[in-house]
Amino acid sequence: MAPPIYAGPVEKTWYYSFRVICALIFIFLIGPLFIIVPLSFNAEPYFNFTPEMLSLDPAGFSTRWYVDFWSDANWRLAVQNSFVIAIFATLISTTLGTLAALGLSRSEMPFKTLVMALMISPMIVPLIISAAGMYFFYSRIGLASTHVGVILAHAALGTPFVVITVTATLVGFDHSLTRAAANLGAHPTTVFFKVIVPLILPGVISGALFAFITSFDEVVVVLFVGSVEQRTIPWAMFSGIREEISPTILAVATLLITLSILLLTTLELLRRRNERLRGLSPG
Amino acid sequence: MVTADGVPLKVSLRRAMRRKRNTALLLTAPLFMFLLITFILPIGDMLFKSIDNSVVPEQLPRTVQAVQSWNPDAEPVPPEPVYEAIVQDIAEGYENRTIGRVARRLNYEVPGASSLFRKTQRRADRLEPPYKEALLDIDEDWADPEIWRLIKRESDFTTLSHYIAAVDMTYDEQGNITAVPDERQIYLPLFWRTLWMSAAITGLCLLLGFPVAFLMATLPLRLSNLLMILVLLPFWTSLLVRTSSWIALLQTEGVINDILVKIGLVSDDGRLQLIYNQTGTMIAMTHILLPFMILPLYSVMKTIPPSYMRAAKSLGANPLTAFVRVYVPNTVAGMGAGGILVFILAIGYYITPNLVGGRTGIFISNFIAQYISGSTQNWGLAAALGVLLLGIVMIMFLLYDKIVGVDNMKLG
Repeated sequence: MAPPIYAGPVEKTWYYSFRVICALIFIFLIGPLFIIVPLSFNAEPYFNFTPEMLSLDPAGFSTRWYVDFWSDANWRLAVQNSFVIAIFATLISTTLGTLAALGLSRSEMPFKTLVMALMISPMIVPLIISAAGMYFFYSRIGLASTHVGVILAHAALGTPFVVITVTATLVGFDHSLTRAAANLGAHPTTVFFKVIVPLILPGVISGALFAFITSFDEVVVVLFVGSVEQRTIPWAMFSGIREEISPTILAVATLLITLSILLLTTLELLRRRNERLRGLSPG
Repeated sequence: MVTADGVPLKVSLRRAMRRKRNTALLLTAPLFMFLLITFILPIGDMLFKSIDNSVVPEQLPRTVQAVQSWNPDAEPVPPEPVYEAIVQDIAEGYENRTIGRVARRLNYEVPGASSLFRKTQRRADRLEPPYKEALLDIDEDWADPEIWRLIKRESDFTTLSHYIAAVDMTYDEQGNITAVPDERQIYLPLFWRTLWMSAAITGLCLLLGFPVAFLMATLPLRLSNLLMILVLLPFWTSLLVRTSSWIALLQTEGVINDILVKIGLVSDDGRLQLIYNQTGTMIAMTHILLPFMILPLYSVMKTIPPSYMRAAKSLGANPLTAFVRVYVPNTVAGMGAGGILVFILAIGYYITPNLVGGRTGIFISNFIAQYISGSTQNWGLAAALGVLLLGIVMIMFLLYDKIVGVDNMKLG
């Protein structure tokens, strides 16, 4: 990309300096994520680059923090909890959220704005307030410090994302397709599974991914509603950072960055598929 | 007109419409019930906790009854029946092991109440009348009118005292609500700090997000999609990953200070304190919330036709004028949406200020958390602070709804 040929010297200077500014902002945005990756291979228990690392001496690097992470029973429990809680929470919020989105996008739905506001409220209310309320209420009904309690709490936090993404897919939904299917003799359940589901699937999957990552990254609610038994990866990272900082946390962080790259790629592929299906030009 | 089976068309249509409406409602019902139990009732419980005072009338039933006949202006201490009532209440509460609750509740407002109860409870069932002298023998503080005024004032099942404490007010000796002296105020300064720091973070996000969104909106779609991935990656990465990377970067022995020392900008013993203060909170939170500013800005800027700028220029405006007078006003909706979103998210933040904020960079949320599970438990105050914070968020959210509309919320 070059500035247009007719640009004067002032415009040219501005053109390039604007790009430099933007590049610096992108470095601010992305840099901190990638600085972690080499630091996690540090041979020393520090959070900074040792002289050996800077001279690219192999002795300065090691995978000891990854070994540390893998051999620690507490971290293994955290990984297991994170996946169990996130998967169950995602299942609940995807099912309920998709159904609700199907209802909300019908033109006959009464009190639409109010119901919509209510359903996305878990996303708006500050986490500390949700966590406080859940802590009070869940202790009252015996759900505090249980896996079920944390799963239900996370499912509640994840539903707004499913509702929003599925509703967005349904905006361009052609209702004559369902009428056509019914006209051709399909039973309503057949219509649902053979016509509606395949069309809204990209929205459902990206909503499910949002719900998954919400639960997987969530720490405030787990801190309050859960206990040591429900420790998740973010829970362990939080207490790790507060107590003694070891590069094991950076190793975990690197693994999490890899996971988010995978999720992002999936979402991007889904988005392209969705655009293709709707006949929009590929980006 | 009638349908094939003889029902008037109007009735049949109405019936069909009703059926459709019910189907729509039925589809949303499961989620509604689910959220009611897992989310709405908990928030309601918090509202209730912020005014709940049932512990006083439940634990001291006789005392709250007896103390009503006492007139603090006429006699300095309550009459004998009140002392008799509290001895019975304390003896019963000690036997049921519940007296500690009311002692803790009263201690929030009259420090020392807890130890007064603790001293008395073990001997309460052995006390002989006259109870007034007997109690004064145990502790002189039983003659202090302050504790009696408190019990008389807080004898209802509900109270506003948590809210009064949450806005740095207190009751004076006459029972009037007055402001706490400036140097002892805790929460109002904290609310102010939370608000101005959130506003500053929002401003920083706008400053950094605007150029990036502008660049992405003007580049060809293929390139801007690539840049979009760079914006979305931090958005998808765990909050704790990003916070810990800022700790690695900003701490005194961290990467940024190392670089500054190496290039000679600061001396080795003059390393900058970039973390565990307000600077740390600002930098880390700006980074974390920046995508929430870029995404709405970008989606608005994408819809501004480039011909507007060309038209302005061809009418004689220089590029700067065209940008300020034509382009920027068109992005106001995006700035408003992104700004309010970032602001709402910022004022409720807990994890990042807790980890990088030190003592001066923490928010109101950190106090709420501390009052719930920390060493200084006070659920009522935590709930009152939470409700006030929720109130601020709700006002901002209504603004957001006015500007963007809840229905138009998009992700990624």
